[in-house]
Amino acid sequence: MISVSHLTKHYQVHKRQPGIAQALRSLWKRQYESVRAVDDISFSIAPGERVGFLGPNGAGKTTTLKMLSGLLHPTSGEVSVLGHVPALRSREFLSSIMLVTGQKQQLIWDLPPAETFELNRAIYGLDRAVFKRTLDELVLALRIDDVMFKPTRQLSLGERMTCELAAALLHRPRVLFLDEPTIGLDVTMQGVVRGFIKRYNEETGASVLLTSHDMDDVAALCPRIIVIDHGRLIFDGTLSGLVEQQRPEKRVTLRFGEDVVAARLQGLGRVVDQAARSAVIQVPAGELRGVVQKAFAELPIVDLLAENAPLEEVLAELFAKSREARA
Amino acid sequence: MKRFGSMFAGLLRVAFAEAVAYRGEFIVWFLATNMPLVMWLLWSTVAEEAPIGGFGPAEIAAYFIVTLIVRLLSGAWVVWQMTEEIRSGTMGQRLLRPLHPFVNYCAENLAAFPLRLVVLTPVFIFAAAYVGGGFTSSWAQWALAPLVILGAWAIGFTAQLLIGALAMHWQSAVSLMDFWLGLYFVFSGYLMPLALFPAGLREAIAWLPFPYMISLPVQTLLGQIDTAATLRGLLVQSAYIGGFLLSALLVFRAGLRRYQVFGG
Repeated sequence: MISVSHLTKHYQVHKRQPGIAQALRSLWKRQYESVRAVDDISFSIAPGERVGFLGPNGAGKTTTLKMLSGLLHPTSGEVSVLGHVPALRSREFLSSIMLVTGQKQQLIWDLPPAETFELNRAIYGLDRAVFKRTLDELVLALRIDDVMFKPTRQLSLGERMTCELAAALLHRPRVLFLDEPTIGLDVTMQGVVRGFIKRYNEETGASVLLTSHDMDDVAALCPRIIVIDHGRLIFDGTLSGLVEQQRPEKRVTLRFGEDVVAARLQGLGRVVDQAARSAVIQVPAGELRGVVQKAFAELPIVDLLAENAPLEEVLAELFAKSREARA
Repeated sequence: MKRFGSMFAGLLRVAFAEAVAYRGEFIVWFLATNMPLVMWLLWSTVAEEAPIGGFGPAEIAAYFIVTLIVRLLSGAWVVWQMTEEIRSGTMGQRLLRPLHPFVNYCAENLAAFPLRLVVLTPVFIFAAAYVGGGFTSSWAQWALAPLVILGAWAIGFTAQLLIGALAMHWQSAVSLMDFWLGLYFVFSGYLMPLALFPAGLREAIAWLPFPYMISLPVQTLLGQIDTAATLRGLLVQSAYIGGFLLSALLVFRAGLRRYQVFGG
């Protein structure tokens, strides 16, 4: 469904120092720098997959999404989405995909979202009955019945984002690119948006490629992740695979019924954090069973939680290794 | 074709709602378009002493009142909207839709026409009372007048599309619009009737698009040219519209290859 092969995008960026002298100098002599935003990446995504596309700021995530949605022409490499070359921008291709960004909106600012929905109905040539049925479903799922008739400028960020999603999905795209869809939303709205995206994917079989700095989005939505850094692909696999590869240890949080001194924790594993009645230790995954048994036998445990290291930490470690490798 | 018609009607409907939402800005633009009235005052003072090039005070008044109407009906603004959208990256939202952005812009501009007609009603009444018999008595000319006014708008609109499309290649493309407007004000008949230019210069100006944006519709409405001349003018308008549109499409298409769709 989505196939990316040796995709590369270079930008020419004008650089100049601050100051009047430099401004005048740039009138006749401009300095340009070639920036490799995306550097020879390859991957493919099957129909119905939900994939997290992760990387630090400036890694090339948004640039890749723009190339996949036909907004940018690649410098080299090949892209195929639903059998189309995105850069050719065929009507059929554009009618089958959508890119939703948390920072750019398609809603008409001074009109209610209902007018944007109507505009999209006209542009995508949707049959009135189909449009009404789809809109009713979206209104119900995204809880926007109260807000869709108020001017967009008067809506909260969360209300705008849910309306934005409704506008983006009216034509039932088979491929959905989401760029930071929950940015700036409160916890409740994040939950609504995540739940909706997951349901849309499961009901329609649409492929979803999502970028987010919020690891809760990724954990909730994406069984598979692709990680890029400085335009280069550094990981492609399952979320658990990434954790196993980067941090094969488990993190065990212990809570005690009475105070426990540090010496009593020796032999359980590496102590990451300790207080009088709690401790966090890190143990190799293969030794977890033995460590838990030992802890119950030797310590006054009232609660125990074993989990993977936080995804943020795992990714930070991955990016640090990538930086070292580049250096 | 039927599908396109239905889609375009939908675009017009939403664009009209948007135009109504921005009625305040529109009325300010309407009130700020007072140059023909200033010119009327200026040239009337000159013509009071002796008619200039066949224009006495009454002819001057008729000319500039009709110029005001044509200007208000044929004005386009797409270049500012387009260059801003290209610069800020919001053009990306238009590019995601299965519709050429030019079609969308066209609907947005055309949808403001009903509002223009409403706002212009007092000017029409004033013109009917003041100019009266100065208007053409030819029904053929009256029938052609809406077409040449639409043509005047379309020349300005397509030329602006071309300048706007250049913004994908050149950051300062909008400054070309200032250059265009400078020529437009002088050579369209907006500041003075073209009949007052020396004959040689008039012939040269006739090769430019500008006379077909103000002078042609004004002369048609005032019966200063015959039907054959209006039809010839319509042909020239069509040629300019086609030329500008084709150039704009090519420049825009080439621009898509290098456009960076700035912003997140």
